[in-house]
Amino acid sequence: MGGAMAILSLQNVSKSFGALKVTQEVSFDLAPGEALGIIGPNGAGKSTLFNLITGNLRPDQGAILLDGRDVTGETPMQRCASGIGRSFQIPQPFDHLSVYENLLVAARFGGRLTAAEAPAHCADILRRTGLAALADRKAGGLPLLNRKRLELARAMATRPRVILLDEIAGGLTEGECVELVATICDIHAQGTAIIWIEHVLHALTSVVSRLMVLNFGRMLMIGAPDAVMAAPEVREIYLGIEA
Amino acid sequence: MGKTFTPLILPLLVLGMALVPVIGSRALVQDLFMVLCLLVLALNWNMLAGFAGLVSVGQQAFVGIGAYAMFASVILWGMDPLAGLLVGGLVAMALAVPVAFFTFRLNGAYFAIGTWVVADIARLAFSQWKALGGGTGTSLPKGAAQEMLGVATVRGLIGGSKAAAVDALTYWLALALVVVLLLASWAFLRSRMGLGLQAVRDNALAARAVGVDPLRLKALVFLLTAFGTGICGGLLFIQIGRISPGAAFSLLDWTAFVIFIVVIGGIGTLPGPVIGVLVFYGLERLLADYGTVYLIVLGLIGIAIMLFARRGLWGGFVQRTGLDPLPLSHAAPAAPAPTRS
Repeated sequence: MGGAMAILSLQNVSKSFGALKVTQEVSFDLAPGEALGIIGPNGAGKSTLFNLITGNLRPDQGAILLDGRDVTGETPMQRCASGIGRSFQIPQPFDHLSVYENLLVAARFGGRLTAAEAPAHCADILRRTGLAALADRKAGGLPLLNRKRLELARAMATRPRVILLDEIAGGLTEGECVELVATICDIHAQGTAIIWIEHVLHALTSVVSRLMVLNFGRMLMIGAPDAVMAAPEVREIYLGIEA
Repeated sequence: MGKTFTPLILPLLVLGMALVPVIGSRALVQDLFMVLCLLVLALNWNMLAGFAGLVSVGQQAFVGIGAYAMFASVILWGMDPLAGLLVGGLVAMALAVPVAFFTFRLNGAYFAIGTWVVADIARLAFSQWKALGGGTGTSLPKGAAQEMLGVATVRGLIGGSKAAAVDALTYWLALALVVVLLLASWAFLRSRMGLGLQAVRDNALAARAVGVDPLRLKALVFLLTAFGTGICGGLLFIQIGRISPGAAFSLLDWTAFVIFIVVIGGIGTLPGPVIGVLVFYGLERLLADYGTVYLIVLGLIGIAIMLFARRGLWGGFVQRTGLDPLPLSHAAPAAPAPTRS
């Protein structure tokens, strides 16, 4: 394994909830600056995999390495400070804080920026995510697209080296989706590695260079998006097309 | 408007309050002392419940512990009551550590009940302290309050009897506590940790994901408010002069009234407790003669506010007028001119 090169490395990670094996012996390496997509049917264990990577869940076995350092025992807070940022599938804004303050918390804590550095950092992200005009608006009242943007912006504010996106394009209109993809491309272009769970395939494949298929907690396949999508077993399991 | 309004009105208000012992009657000083102490408790409880999301109904534990520690300092260890105040705060904070250890395993309503149980355990435990009168309680030694540090100075300043000087001194201490607490709360909430705390209150899952440790922040607030509540407990019972487990650990006096004050004033806002305590004092003056009816009316008002004006009086005022003299928010920096090349 190219563990020394990888920014994030999962080694034989497994997790069960009772008798249900939600993650089974998942191993992969993520290169610095790489964009990896994850697809799979509902209940395949995609969000669980994210929770294992962020530390919200502890694996039953296996190890998670960040820059070659074992972080399996670290809390979500420590992993965030070490450079793992995430957006939630269902947006989780700080409702009573303004959009800007949502980013400011992330920058001051996870991003470890000082009171002097944080405002410019946040203002820059607000501009890049198209939220600048809403900066002083309370986050609780935002419509879906802006909530999704805020999820992305807040994750960016923690200054991650790996950013985990959980179905961030889900529920958006075509036009909104295009806008969001442009922002994600911009983040990727700046050198941030991305792991992206998504059902909106064309959005996903326009960004990622590798695609992983999860099914019943197992890694069915990982490789170039075209090759993966062409594979008969993927077409059968994921798209429901008879091979 | 808010910016010029606050720095002017607050010092004037404090100055006016500070002059009460000089120009007002002793009865008024004693009345307002109680009001100020309730405000101190309310500011602490608001920090706990309104900002840290820790809805405790057991804060009377720390009032009682602070008061008993102050009595022990004076009676058993021969200390000055003022030093006893500090001991009271520190002991309350120290005992808050094991309390937090057990109650932090509980959430929401369970946490509330847990803190209540802890307060009752504390009341029962202090009833066993024979050296301080056990279940019937005890009084401060004759003259302990009147020989207290600073009383002579106050007497020199405003004249009158020693007892009046004690009243004035405790009143000023309570006023100072209010001012310090208000300023400290404001500074804390505007700080990095305060911002993190508000994030935790809104969404603990997301807070962890952006690097905020909810447990650490909540524990910090719990310990600090125990300190403030403990000091206030000591101060209250210097003035009252007599302690018993029932009075020191009174749920009604030190927690139920305090919750009422914060809820009607506006929970989770800084001026809320100040407004709340004014309303509470007004109602008390109006209805105190009616006994039980007074408590029923208080309860009904509390319920009405919770149902129809959940932000309380201050929250409603800010929402309607958009005027907030004590803003906690951080305004976004002005957008830099676009520098697209």
